[in-house]
Amino acid sequence: MIWELIRANRRRSVTLFLMMGLVLVALGYLLGSVFFPPDGGFIGVAIALIIWLVQALVARYSGNRILLALSGARKVTPDVHPQLFHVVEEMRLAGGLPAMPEVYIIDEQAPNAFATGRDPSHSAVAVTAGLVARLNRDELQGVVAHEVSHVMNRDIRFLTYAGIMLGTVVLISEIYLRGMLWGGGGRYRSGSSKGSGQGQIIMMVLAVALAVLAPIMAQLLYFAISRKREYLADASAVRLTRYPAGLASALEKISANTVEMKSANKVTAPLYIANPFLGKGRKMADLTSTHPPISERIRILRSMMHDASFNGYQQAYASVRGDAEGIIPISGLRDEKVIVPREAADTGKPEDVRDVRRDAGDIMMRAGNFTFITCDCGLRLKLPPDYRLPRVKCPRCGRVHELDQRPGK
Amino acid sequence: MAALIFLLIIGLILIWGISIYNSLVRLRNQVRNAWSQIDVQLKRRHDLIPNLVETVRGYMVHERETLEHITLARTQAMSASSISEKAKAENILGGMLGRLQIAVEAYPDLKANQNFLALQEELTSTENKISFSRQNYNDQVLFFNNKIQMFPSNIVASMFHFSEEVFFEVEDVTEKAVPQVTFQSGS
Repeated sequence: MIWELIRANRRRSVTLFLMMGLVLVALGYLLGSVFFPPDGGFIGVAIALIIWLVQALVARYSGNRILLALSGARKVTPDVHPQLFHVVEEMRLAGGLPAMPEVYIIDEQAPNAFATGRDPSHSAVAVTAGLVARLNRDELQGVVAHEVSHVMNRDIRFLTYAGIMLGTVVLISEIYLRGMLWGGGGRYRSGSSKGSGQGQIIMMVLAVALAVLAPIMAQLLYFAISRKREYLADASAVRLTRYPAGLASALEKISANTVEMKSANKVTAPLYIANPFLGKGRKMADLTSTHPPISERIRILRSMMHDASFNGYQQAYASVRGDAEGIIPISGLRDEKVIVPREAADTGKPEDVRDVRRDAGDIMMRAGNFTFITCDCGLRLKLPPDYRLPRVKCPRCGRVHELDQRPGK
Repeated sequence: MAALIFLLIIGLILIWGISIYNSLVRLRNQVRNAWSQIDVQLKRRHDLIPNLVETVRGYMVHERETLEHITLARTQAMSASSISEKAKAENILGGMLGRLQIAVEAYPDLKANQNFLALQEELTSTENKISFSRQNYNDQVLFFNNKIQMFPSNIVASMFHFSEEVFFEVEDVTEKAVPQVTFQSGS
């Protein structure tokens, strides 16, 4: 358990919350005094405070649901993919989480995953269908362990707050700037002719500057946070699974991906285990660096041969990055003994792209309550949930299957 | 004035002592909770075994003895009471299940059975859950024992009789286990 990290995350959450309030109040004051002089400033402040409160409540109680909905994640039951649930529960036990995280699947072929939630008792893990189809048990365990580590280190709460706040600031300044372009200016002119002229113009410029700058500031703040925590989550993941090669090879498969992820956006990108943007998006994101280079993370994991503890990660990190200072805070290293990595446990997984596609499709169909029937001729029939007939005929061999055990009939 | 300062110091020491006491209680509860998690998983394993034996019995004609040993080891594990006894019995059972999983390789029909495949994933996961909850238990015991031994929390710990918890050690007992179980089944 890395106590410094948990404490730092708590501190950052509070700082973020206060800074957010400051920005909102300043924005509210400026906008208010520009639009409704002379004392609209106070109305603006009052509105800003209300927005701040509502936003804090929303971030706390439904931030996770908003982020999951934004990513197109669908909550699933264990029968959709028993192995995924097993792996999540294994990692929950290894990490000593008080409650089982909710499991979500995202309908995407690109392999990726993220975690969100309020605290370790209220967390959720979301993986893409492409990830589950591509990774074997050991690799899946590595990825899930990385996500559970974010839950344990309280990264999720901070990232969820930050995501919701970034979203709000972007939204407000967008509305404001649009308002300026489409007619807000007119109202401003009529206001200024009555008001004090020069002071109004200064206010006006300030308001525009702030409206433009606020989302950029929020974005930078958001990006500045997530580099280190990815390394730390990798280190914790290895400590949980005792198997660095699992996460390493999962990251290799993730980085080999060439399919664009459609459901990821600027707000949700830092949550993912690997940068979801490809090509142009990736270059842009490199500047603002939401994620450390994946090749470096792989090299660190690959050089952890004999010790899966925090010490082992620390040494591997130091030798790969040539950074003697290391990455893991002192409380993580204090009681560490050497942990010998375990053996590989898993069998293979389809390598062929078409097989992976089909498997990912099957997972999504299962998540969508399709019924699967294997005919004696070997053909698999997939029936949508709105199929209402009592029997179905196999298109290949003509055998008729009775569907009397279907639920909801 | 001096009396006031004296009272203040006493008060601070008291608050400090209470906070250490509370953190000791919290850590001990975490150890107990971690232990109960292991128990849940062990029980799950015990529940799975009859089902497993039933499924494979028809296929594994040459492993009848192994299956009997597993059933017997399960009964022993279920009746064990102390932590060390339990650890030993469960290690034996775990070893036997591991051997069964290897023996399965010789039965292609069995490996193709959907029922068995689902059961095998279930069993693999249960084994993993046992070892991961044990891992977490040992972590929690380590935190707790460190807290008890280290200054200054050791003062509070000894005042309120907090005693060190026992690690759940795993040793490679598969080799040692076999004769013992054979002996039991022969008697």
